[in-house]
Amino acid sequence: MNQPRSSRHVNLNESLIFERSSPGRVGYDLPLLDVPKPNLSLALGENNIRDLIPNFPELSEVDVVRHFTRLSTWNYNIDVGMYPLGSCTMKYNPRVNERVAKLEGFSSTHPLTPVHLVQGNLLILKLLMDCLAEITGMDAVSLQPPAGASGELTGVLMIRAYLTKRGEPRKKVLIPDSAHGTNPASAVIAGYAVETLKSDKNGCIDLDNLKKAMGDDVAALMLTNPNTLGIFEPNILAIGEVVHDRGGLVYMDGANLNALMGITRPGEFGVDVLHMNLHKTFSTPHGGGGPGAGPVGVKKILEPYLPLPKVEQRENGEYFFNYDCPHSIGKIKAFYGNFGTLVRALAYILANGHNGLKNASSVAILNANYIKEGLRDVYNLPYEGPVLHEVVFSGKKQTKNDVTVMNLAKRLMDYGFHPPTVAFPLVAQDALMIEPTESESREELDLFIQAMRSIALEAENNPNLLKDAPHSTRVRRLDEVKAARHPILRWRANDRKPSTDYS
Amino acid sequence: MRYISTSPEDQTQILKALGLNSIDDLLRSIPEKIRLRVPLDLPKALTEPELLRQFIEFENQNVLKELCFLGAGVNQHFVPVVIDSLSSRGEFLTSYTPYQAEISQGTLQAIFEFQTLICQLTGMEISNASMYDGSSALAEAVLMAARISRRNRLLIAQTIHPEYRSVVNTYTRHQELILETIGCQQDSCIDQTKLESLMGPDVGAVVVQSPNFLGNLESLESISTLCHRYGALLVVNITELLSLGIVRSPGEFGADLVCGEAQSLGIPACYGGPHVGFLATRESFVRNLPGRLVGQTVDSKGQRGFVLTLSTREQHIRREKATSNICTNQNLIALMVAIYCSLIGQKGIRELAIQNVAKTQYCLDALKYLPCEILFQGPRFNEFVLKLKYPFDEVAETFYSAGVIPGLPLGQYYPHLKDALLVSVTETKTKKDIDRLVELVASVS
Repeated sequence: MNQPRSSRHVNLNESLIFERSSPGRVGYDLPLLDVPKPNLSLALGENNIRDLIPNFPELSEVDVVRHFTRLSTWNYNIDVGMYPLGSCTMKYNPRVNERVAKLEGFSSTHPLTPVHLVQGNLLILKLLMDCLAEITGMDAVSLQPPAGASGELTGVLMIRAYLTKRGEPRKKVLIPDSAHGTNPASAVIAGYAVETLKSDKNGCIDLDNLKKAMGDDVAALMLTNPNTLGIFEPNILAIGEVVHDRGGLVYMDGANLNALMGITRPGEFGVDVLHMNLHKTFSTPHGGGGPGAGPVGVKKILEPYLPLPKVEQRENGEYFFNYDCPHSIGKIKAFYGNFGTLVRALAYILANGHNGLKNASSVAILNANYIKEGLRDVYNLPYEGPVLHEVVFSGKKQTKNDVTVMNLAKRLMDYGFHPPTVAFPLVAQDALMIEPTESESREELDLFIQAMRSIALEAENNPNLLKDAPHSTRVRRLDEVKAARHPILRWRANDRKPSTDYS
Repeated sequence: MRYISTSPEDQTQILKALGLNSIDDLLRSIPEKIRLRVPLDLPKALTEPELLRQFIEFENQNVLKELCFLGAGVNQHFVPVVIDSLSSRGEFLTSYTPYQAEISQGTLQAIFEFQTLICQLTGMEISNASMYDGSSALAEAVLMAARISRRNRLLIAQTIHPEYRSVVNTYTRHQELILETIGCQQDSCIDQTKLESLMGPDVGAVVVQSPNFLGNLESLESISTLCHRYGALLVVNITELLSLGIVRSPGEFGADLVCGEAQSLGIPACYGGPHVGFLATRESFVRNLPGRLVGQTVDSKGQRGFVLTLSTREQHIRREKATSNICTNQNLIALMVAIYCSLIGQKGIRELAIQNVAKTQYCLDALKYLPCEILFQGPRFNEFVLKLKYPFDEVAETFYSAGVIPGLPLGQYYPHLKDALLVSVTETKTKKDIDRLVELVASVS
């Protein structure tokens, strides 16, 4: 008997906490005050005393648990199924990482504790830095940036500082048209103009275009390798040479590092600085949109410019923070980085070792190619070259009869899958960017392939099924135009509560 | 390997289906020359029991002290247990950014609630979905104020958290902005006469922190009046958000942007991160606001739902013209803050804030009988600056060996305060704990 992947089920609704609120309810009991009550006017100044915050919620602990538990049941998540999201590397988040990160001896430590009392924390930072440097083939690492985009900004700022010291910061950064939006946004904050490099017919960096664009006013090339089409830049070594010959540097967006671990290293193909996404390649949880971490790795020439402080070890083995770094770009975040996230990433690396990481990348590549084969006769492949850990299809065969690639994506929800990345990268028309990761079993991949094939048929024979999708989610297609046109960004006391009339 | 579902047998099957002999056949696009020929020099892989043992060994290299009076931007408060239970649920922990709204309503509604809570606390009209941390939220607020005012001179209080000021410098260095420091007076608060002398038609914003880094509340009302007289924006940074349980909100004093760190509301110290920044402002400034925004809407059946909105501000649409390069918010941490506020509640947050004031006051009252000095008189919430009779490094060991970290030596941030400590006394300290601190201070005096 056939059991489809998804069925409908009773799922509870839930209003906002402010609508659930009821006077006098209490969710947390405070120990009684064991010191004298203060004279608030004296302590704070009469003009500084606040009344009760109007409409701040009043709920019991039970109310709160019910509320957020119900909300949680509305979310798709990796624990429940695959996310075929290109360039996101949605892999399994190991629970032992959660356990170790929450050990009291880590989670309760204050960042300004004297370092001789937190040698365990500094050891973890140093060990992770060394592992990441080894994995990427770089000479030094900073763990401070709290996210990928922050890592990018750090990288470009270091490039600027290095070039400035050399005499001239230069004016612009070259970025391929296939790049993630954070790349140009970060370059601008660092004070550079952005010049877009048009990709060649294979979706890769056009070496001739690069040679023409590369000049003495170009500080850096920001590239992603493999690129956002999952293709390893065939001219990567020549690319590095072209940039270096004219005195520029190569920045690599490390979002696609999951294709390379144990196989090759950016440090060996001309990269001067890169950022890594610990919440992608190194399994730290996405948390619905953060926190992440975006450490940077650099070659020796950029080491003096790393953010403050640097984690170092004395001759007697003691770890310390070195603030004596006169050329550092300064701080990109208060304190040392997202420590909890860093602990999780280290646990992942230690659980894997070389073999585990190489196997992870290898299977990620295998799985992506399996999907490529399973769909290539149905969906258009805009770029024919070999792909690594992700594959980009174009929905252009299916997007007729007013069906858009977004419709296709929404229809996948009815099949119990999260859609792939849609409409990115810009170099593919109606792009569907698919990255399964190594976490997925063959059964899950087969179900995904079947769902995509079925949807392609529906696009042909029953396009309305796609245009009104999703049909079986708890909310139907949401009106994003209305949301932007009349933004409602918070609840207000005089908002009318939606009725619970089920008719 | 337990994190991979494709066994060697599965791999053989897949390779067969692809008509290949080995995975190596899929790596042909990587030039031979750069293929790794030796294994990565990493520690040997650990099984789960070994991994647990290893991290406990790391943990044992930390020396935990029972009593810690450190604040300085990371504040010690009770963390209700239920926050961890709820935020550990896989549906929250392992879900992706809610770009596909129909299957992410849990995340979206929780963040809509977070945005509302931040508005209620700060007295502002709108808030974004959170930022990396307080320091980068402040940096983004400064850039935003420059954008809105179209003026390039910004005045920054000296008593804003020094790490935050450092981050602001990093973010603004290449933006053709002039940042000037506003000095403080005897009581550590902003010297308003000095401030007035610095004002002018080219000043886009005045940026202050309250309570300031040294623990004192600034006079936001008069600073606000001064700012607006010159057409400048008032940006208020807050590193101890719990203070707003009893202290009047910056919004009530006329602040234009309120930013800072929400870690006080339910987030463990965790050696400095991940925490969560916030940025709240007037509705009229919404198009200049960086970061994600959750908005309310309806679906095709008229049911209420939530979506990420106004994305045309953001990097994935506007790329180099975006308001910021930020992509992430600290979603899971923002969720934890929303859970905390729901639990503590309207009466609880006030009571909790009052307990902080009470404990701090009790400590101050006891210390005044000792030969030490409390610097900077004036209104404060839960932190103060203490100068011991002798330089701290001469007596530090007495405290540490008694299991107490008495506060932060300020020399690393303010050289002229090198013998003073920044002491934080929160609701987590019992009367006995505070008495113990006072006894130790007495013993080294």
